[in-house]
Amino acid sequence: MALTIEEVRHIAQLARLKLTPEEERRYTEQLSDILDYAGRLSKIDTTAIPPTASVLPLRAPLRPDAVRPCPPQELILRNAPSDQEGMFRVPPVLDT
Amino acid sequence: MTDLTTLSLLEAADLLRSGDVSSRELTQACLDRIQDTESKIHAFLTLTPDLALKQAEDADQRLTEWRKEGGKPLPHTWGIPVAIKDVLCLEGVPTTCGSKILEGFRPPYTATSVGRLIDAGAVVLGKTNTDEFAMGSSTENSAFGPTYNPWDLSRVPGGSSGGSAASVASNMCYAALGTDTGGSVRQPASFCGVTGLKSSYGRVSRYGLIAYGSSLDTVGALAHSAADLLPIFHAIAGHDPLDSTSMPDPVPAVDLDGTDLAGLRIGVPKEYFIEGMQHEVEIAVQEAVRVLETLGAVACEISLPHTDLALPVYYIIAPAEASANLARYDAVRYGPRLEAEDLREQYFATRGGLFGQEVKRRIMLGTYALSAGYYDAYYGQAQKVRTLIKGDFEAAFKDVDLIACPVAPTTAFRLGEHSEDPLSMYLEDVFTLPANLAGVPGIAFPVGFDSDHLPIGMQLNAPHLGEAVLFQAASAYQEVTSWHKERPSL
Repeated sequence: MALTIEEVRHIAQLARLKLTPEEERRYTEQLSDILDYAGRLSKIDTTAIPPTASVLPLRAPLRPDAVRPCPPQELILRNAPSDQEGMFRVPPVLDT
Repeated sequence: MTDLTTLSLLEAADLLRSGDVSSRELTQACLDRIQDTESKIHAFLTLTPDLALKQAEDADQRLTEWRKEGGKPLPHTWGIPVAIKDVLCLEGVPTTCGSKILEGFRPPYTATSVGRLIDAGAVVLGKTNTDEFAMGSSTENSAFGPTYNPWDLSRVPGGSSGGSAASVASNMCYAALGTDTGGSVRQPASFCGVTGLKSSYGRVSRYGLIAYGSSLDTVGALAHSAADLLPIFHAIAGHDPLDSTSMPDPVPAVDLDGTDLAGLRIGVPKEYFIEGMQHEVEIAVQEAVRVLETLGAVACEISLPHTDLALPVYYIIAPAEASANLARYDAVRYGPRLEAEDLREQYFATRGGLFGQEVKRRIMLGTYALSAGYYDAYYGQAQKVRTLIKGDFEAAFKDVDLIACPVAPTTAFRLGEHSEDPLSMYLEDVFTLPANLAGVPGIAFPVGFDSDHLPIGMQLNAPHLGEAVLFQAASAYQEVTSWHKERPSL
């Protein structure tokens, strides 16, 4: 399974990663190798096999819908790269 | 006076109880040892000496009261200096996951496993080095530089919990927490000659563990012996309402007295002795199985027929889950930011600029495996083959109580040996991945040395939630052998 450099650029767009031309070239090669290796999975007949999404017995535990204290706003904002008036500050999202 | 840092955890605990040493003395001895050896090893990303000495003083105060009360139960972790892998949150203390994208992050809360260990009296010396987001088998993928193997400084300590393994091996602490998604506790334990536990999926809360592969991630620990690990396991294991994957089952008490393994059935899977593996590893593991037989265990060859598929399954599922988990690093709520003109460009610049090569490689791989048109062929198919691998273990555990096998095909390799070829690095995990895919627990412990005097490890696996038998078998082995008592000269 050989990936093209265009496919690598498309995946990087989906993953929100800016890659250098050197990274695009290297990942094209390395991801092709890894996918080629993973290709052996396609040879296994799994028509009657259910997927394993979790190794645990499926259950949906319930908890009381009780009010609990949460960390104060200032503590949460302390890690923000930029904040203003109690909010996370980001660059423009829409053209003005 | 003997060097306090050469004691085992249980020996140190006995001296604390009798009052012959204080937690402050143990803590200072560890801090001095770190001072002397850390420049060679680079086991830590953050040291917390002030916190440690404060916790030690509190522990000493409680120990004084405890001696007056007489005979009340007290965890053996009380007053014991430990290290924490830097993927587990500790409130207010920098937690980086070995990544520049979390540089300077100070978590507003503490992971349940870490909090429980502190509640059990442990003293936190610092946060240990790791491959970035636990992605790697050598600790070379840390953005803050590699850790070096205390047995040979030109070699890797394994990974991703390489800092934790090296800190225990070089007597900087008595035990350390690690995490194991594909072998990240067991393989570094093996490379560094220490004992490492990978808990069952769901046994130890992952609240406050920064997520990598959510269907695989487990919290474990490393120490010099199974007996030393047991009080750590009891401190951290058990249900946590803050982790919906944590199991409600009670954690059993484990009696380690005696070495009688009469009637214990041990299966040795033939698929784990492969062409190209180091011959000395094969010999040492087979010899260790014979030692277990002399203690009463009965060994037989078994088959786990889908073993060779674990590697391709893991390297689809784990990157797929990672690509989803790591989408949260958007430079909005935490972490440094690489400024750009608009928000979208800021995502690209920050993530492209601050994630390391292996992390980006896995995000790309996972994004591809989950993308429209490829989901069924890769992720869907991998989840189905995972069912076959899990089924191998379920079938085997109908006939045997334990599975014994090597931890890794080789002993510790040299720094840089696999750095140009990611697939060759992934092959290092070939014997540890199946337990994560099946969710079963494992313990790795030293069973010999190769001709370069590098430690060789063996792994035991038990059925889900079967940690007790792992402790009993590994401890019985360590009662009659002394590999785990060897220490590197630094």
